[in-house]
Amino acid sequence: MRLELVKRSEKSRLMSVLSPVVAVALTVVFAGIVFAAQGHSPLAGIWYFFLEPITSLWGVEQLITKATPLIIIALGLSVCYLSNNWNIGAEGQLTIGAIVGSIPPILFPDFVNPLVLPLMLILAMVGGALFALIPAKLKTTFGTNEILTSLMLVYCSNLFLDWMVRGPWRSPQGYNFPITIDFHEWAVLNAVDVGGIYLNLSAPIALVLVAVLAVVMRSTLKGFEIRVLGQSPRAGSFAGFSNRRMTYFAFALSGALAGLAGMMVVMSEIGKLQPVISPGYGFTAIIVAFLGRLNPVGILIAGLVIASSYLGGEAIQTSLQMSSKLATVIQGVLLFFVLAADTLILYKVRLVTGREGEGAHA
Amino acid sequence: MLEAIILTIITAATPLLLAAVGELVVEKSGVLNLGVEGMMVMGAVAGFAVTVSTGSPLLGIVGGAVAGVIVSLLFAFVTLTLVANQVASGLALTLFGLGLSGLMGESFVGQPGIKLASLDIPGLTTLPFVGKVLFGQDILVYLSFAAVFGVSWFLNRTRAGLILRAVGDNHASAHALGYSVIGVRYLAVMFGGAMAGLGGAYLSVAYTPLWVENMTAGRGWIALALVVFASWMPWRAAIGAYLFGAVTVLQFHAQALGIGFPSQFLAMLPYLATVIVLVAISGNRRATLFNTPSSLGKPFVPDR
Repeated sequence: MRLELVKRSEKSRLMSVLSPVVAVALTVVFAGIVFAAQGHSPLAGIWYFFLEPITSLWGVEQLITKATPLIIIALGLSVCYLSNNWNIGAEGQLTIGAIVGSIPPILFPDFVNPLVLPLMLILAMVGGALFALIPAKLKTTFGTNEILTSLMLVYCSNLFLDWMVRGPWRSPQGYNFPITIDFHEWAVLNAVDVGGIYLNLSAPIALVLVAVLAVVMRSTLKGFEIRVLGQSPRAGSFAGFSNRRMTYFAFALSGALAGLAGMMVVMSEIGKLQPVISPGYGFTAIIVAFLGRLNPVGILIAGLVIASSYLGGEAIQTSLQMSSKLATVIQGVLLFFVLAADTLILYKVRLVTGREGEGAHA
Repeated sequence: MLEAIILTIITAATPLLLAAVGELVVEKSGVLNLGVEGMMVMGAVAGFAVTVSTGSPLLGIVGGAVAGVIVSLLFAFVTLTLVANQVASGLALTLFGLGLSGLMGESFVGQPGIKLASLDIPGLTTLPFVGKVLFGQDILVYLSFAAVFGVSWFLNRTRAGLILRAVGDNHASAHALGYSVIGVRYLAVMFGGAMAGLGGAYLSVAYTPLWVENMTAGRGWIALALVVFASWMPWRAAIGAYLFGAVTVLQFHAQALGIGFPSQFLAMLPYLATVIVLVAISGNRRATLFNTPSSLGKPFVPDR
């Protein structure tokens, strides 16, 4: 008995919508098995992990807060992956973006006016983009594998942040803790009450970005160029598109968005720099991008789904006394299921029993 | 002093070498498994867990290899049977391995481990200078060298090695000749998993007998870079691993000597060295292209 793949004559439209749903369903089943294995009721576990956190307004607020950076980063990564540029260093671009964007409130603490806020966001985008252009430049000039270089730079950027907050940028009033001075009032994003939940500027920015990218990908030449160069670089070059320029574009865009996301996390949740500013948003966003089928609207939904697993991890810790680390396992499993379920788009899967299989060969 | 430096280089290089030799075989069969980091960290946690619960570091090493094989099968099923994207699946394996190892290892954090014993041959190990370097290592160090020679011999001198290379260079022809492309690749991926698992177990059983979350710290990725550096030749992977071991050790000795340089920048050295080496290697495109398995990373669906 074995699995056999039969190629479909064309992509199944039904399956391209259904495959993420299948993947999420399989992940829920997997989670249920894990809960049962740990001696909990699977249904109770699934309830606490996937649903209970979003039954309160506070939970919804947390969900949006966690989903926002994931969505923003994943949007940029989707452009990279669609155009066959494998940037997996978003975590580092997030970090460098946040450092560059923090220059105004840390180095010029007396420069307090409303201009600081947009200035910080722009600087963060520039910083993230420039940092992302390093692997892009190495790829276009030397043909160096961008997967490995972009990832190596993540380790470097985290160490750099560590040095900054322990060394030159350490706050003199911080009792020797590795933190910078607190950002002033115009360097933080304040939450406002929107129908009972408190949101800051980052959530609407994410929504605008989703809308813009959806339009760009659907109905502009740039969107066409991204897809053509990803599917067939040769065909793209006949159409006059440049692979080099696309690599720069995709890396700069994803770096800028990662920097923006990192800066907004710092400005809304932390209010200063410290050795760790992200719980791995840059890596988790890779899962979000694939779960969303590299489609902007899909990424919006996927971001909310994945963000709920962060909350679920905390929820099972308090209600079932299980480890919150289960969340990362479930995220990893989900990505496996997503990739496996994608097979259904291009192939029909048949279970072939021994005799039947031999008959087919004859 | 020199002897101490050489000894630390060996311990830093061995996990890289084990994982790199395994991945080299995987890539020679035409599969790009970017999940080395995930398999290594699973090997590390399983190696530590088995060592602590059985009291035997040797069983721990076996446990690490088995854990590496088990998670590699997940990757193999998704990419080989279901022809999913290999790059994305490798990332999935890494994220999954880092998550699962953190979960499994939670109860082991802070527990003391048992260090793998080193060889001790009366008369030889006590020889000045060469004694400890040549005759005083643990079994995994010797195994890593055996793997270099074994894989080199297997790939270049055996029929099975020829079939594996054929599958990696032209899977359609290998299939037409009647070889099971998918079967060969499954075995190769499992070998890669076992070697990465051993590399991880080395970290938690021999290098520092402790479990720390994410203790592989990017070594799986460096091993991947080593395969490119080695142009898919095992003995060059050994040179590469020892160069990286030297860079890592340089860092500690510079710190010990009190060179007034921030420790964070020294800690960046292995990662920066990886980038620089990759650039240097990719500059020499002809040699790289000549050795790159032609079917690397390409999915294969058998037709009739």
